[in-house]
Amino acid sequence: MQDASGQNVGVDADVFHSSIHGSLSCTDCHTSIKEYPHPEKPVAVKCVACHADQAAAIAGSIHASASAHPCTSCHGDAHAIFPKDDARSAVYPLNIPRTCGNCHSDPVLAKKYGLQNVYSVYMDSIHGYAVSKEGLLVAANCMSCHGSHNILSHKDPKSPTYKTNIPNTCGTCHGGVMAEYSAGVHGKAVAGGNLAAPVCSDCHTAHSILQPTLADFRMQSTPICGSCHKGRFATYQDTFHSQLGLLGGYVQTARCWDCHGAHNILPASDPASPINKANLIKTCGRCHADANASFVQYQPHANPRNRKLNPALYFTRFFMNLLLWSVLGFFSLHTLLWFIRAKREQGKSGPTGEAKDD
Amino acid sequence: MTDETGARPTQQPESQPQASGKEKYYVRFTLAQRYLHAVLFTSFLGLAATGLPMRFSDNPAARFVAREVGGFGAILFLHKFCAVVLTLAFLYHLKDIAGRALVHKEKGIFWGPTSMVPNWKDVKDIVGHLRWFVGLGPKPQFERYAYWEKFDYWAVFWGMLVIGFSGYAMWFAPFFAKFLPGWALNAILVVHGEEALLAILFIFSIHFVNTHLRPDSFPMDMVIFTGKETDEEFRKKRALEYQRLASEGKLEAKVGEKPVYWWVNFAKVIGFTAILIGLVLLVLTLIGYFGNA
Repeated sequence: MQDASGQNVGVDADVFHSSIHGSLSCTDCHTSIKEYPHPEKPVAVKCVACHADQAAAIAGSIHASASAHPCTSCHGDAHAIFPKDDARSAVYPLNIPRTCGNCHSDPVLAKKYGLQNVYSVYMDSIHGYAVSKEGLLVAANCMSCHGSHNILSHKDPKSPTYKTNIPNTCGTCHGGVMAEYSAGVHGKAVAGGNLAAPVCSDCHTAHSILQPTLADFRMQSTPICGSCHKGRFATYQDTFHSQLGLLGGYVQTARCWDCHGAHNILPASDPASPINKANLIKTCGRCHADANASFVQYQPHANPRNRKLNPALYFTRFFMNLLLWSVLGFFSLHTLLWFIRAKREQGKSGPTGEAKDD
Repeated sequence: MTDETGARPTQQPESQPQASGKEKYYVRFTLAQRYLHAVLFTSFLGLAATGLPMRFSDNPAARFVAREVGGFGAILFLHKFCAVVLTLAFLYHLKDIAGRALVHKEKGIFWGPTSMVPNWKDVKDIVGHLRWFVGLGPKPQFERYAYWEKFDYWAVFWGMLVIGFSGYAMWFAPFFAKFLPGWALNAILVVHGEEALLAILFIFSIHFVNTHLRPDSFPMDMVIFTGKETDEEFRKKRALEYQRLASEGKLEAKVGEKPVYWWVNFAKVIGFTAILIGLVLLVLTLIGYFGNA
């Protein structure tokens, strides 16, 4: 059935009757249509008439503009709306990334609103993988973190993606980790209002979250810790733990959290900290099977350039450098002078002649 | 530590009956000494090539090399393999010295003109040589081993002890931690890296130029590969040793045969390859060192 302009205005009665609105009659929604033939321009259906709560939520959200974001932009064809636990629904958990992706994978739109193009990185993340490949209904989809009708900018303190709310948001699923995090220095700092301290997404990223045992994650996250802990990162880079990790294919060497813990990071003075003196043999022993009391005196952040903190190391390096540069200095000069002299001698006695003694 | 070269032409598989008799050749190094040098420089090149990526691990070239050979695990395996080879060569040399000193009661191994042990003449030679460089005196005449060669020898000797010990201490850190204080484990990496850097820079610049690339020997002193030197070269480069052997009547006993053509060419290929690898590593080392500083 087509209208005057040739547009299909037919509704598949079978699909409609199986949809969530299947028990309604046409005029329950199309209240303005009273006679036949219908008016040339029927008044748009107002979902708000029944769905007042959702309409109120969306009116306060980042998607408030009804013309840019009609209900159907997420819920799909108005005559084929299914409950959200129905696999046919556009807002079924496994379909949500694709539904949001209709707009949020569009680079033009992303540019227009200054958004990162997150759809593709989400799909490659551990959450995206769980949704698209494993079909896990419990895996985080867009809605799990951002909400649905009431999506707010991450800059809004009421948003579940506002910095201080992120631990709770992630904690909705990762409850155990959230408890550990809250007990650690980072969690306490954030709870205490220090917004420089990291929340989940600072280390794990928001959309491109990787399985944390993956080589890529092990390599990418150390500099993330280093972006705040600059001094510690610099001294770490002087050690084999770092040096070996940088050479492809070998990421087993200790990363920050292998020693410090990941979520429940505690100061070394805390007896529960893995880097507390009493726990070092156990902590180092996770990789170094024969670690003993002397072995764990190794300083993974020693700084050979700091005389006060590491005098023995400082003087060792000083002596080695002195040796290196005095030997090379003397012999460079020696060899250079010799070379010049021998060249001149050669010039005197012809190209093949051995230098004649004076 | 001293010259044990007897003229043993029958033991030189690469020798053939004297071709022309026009040029006289003297045996300067035994086959064992030449093999030792070959094992030494091969394993040293291997250690340098695999050690440098670890030392300068944030350098793109280092990561490229590491990735190409199969990552850090492979690099470390090759490094340890070369280290074991070099350790065995070092132990063989110690055994050789001990045998010659204790069993054969060789005289002059620890002192005298043919010994590697530095003496007063070496001090005078350094001063004299430096004076000659700038035109302040005559060129000194050298014995069996000149002072810069003794320095090479002892630098390598000391280097092997220091780098070897620190290397094994890292390899078996928990074991060494039974005897060493904790800070030593930190110091060991610094010592290992810096001493290795010294060895690499020294060998690939100073040793190469002093021994092979200086005008008198350019492009390569073949004596360590062929074991033989011409009468003219011997007389000029080692005047004192030549005169001493002549006056002692031992010169004729050292006469050997002219090295055969294919062996010289083969040695040149090996030698130039080693020098080329060394120079490439030298450039990479300098880039790594000054690129990070």
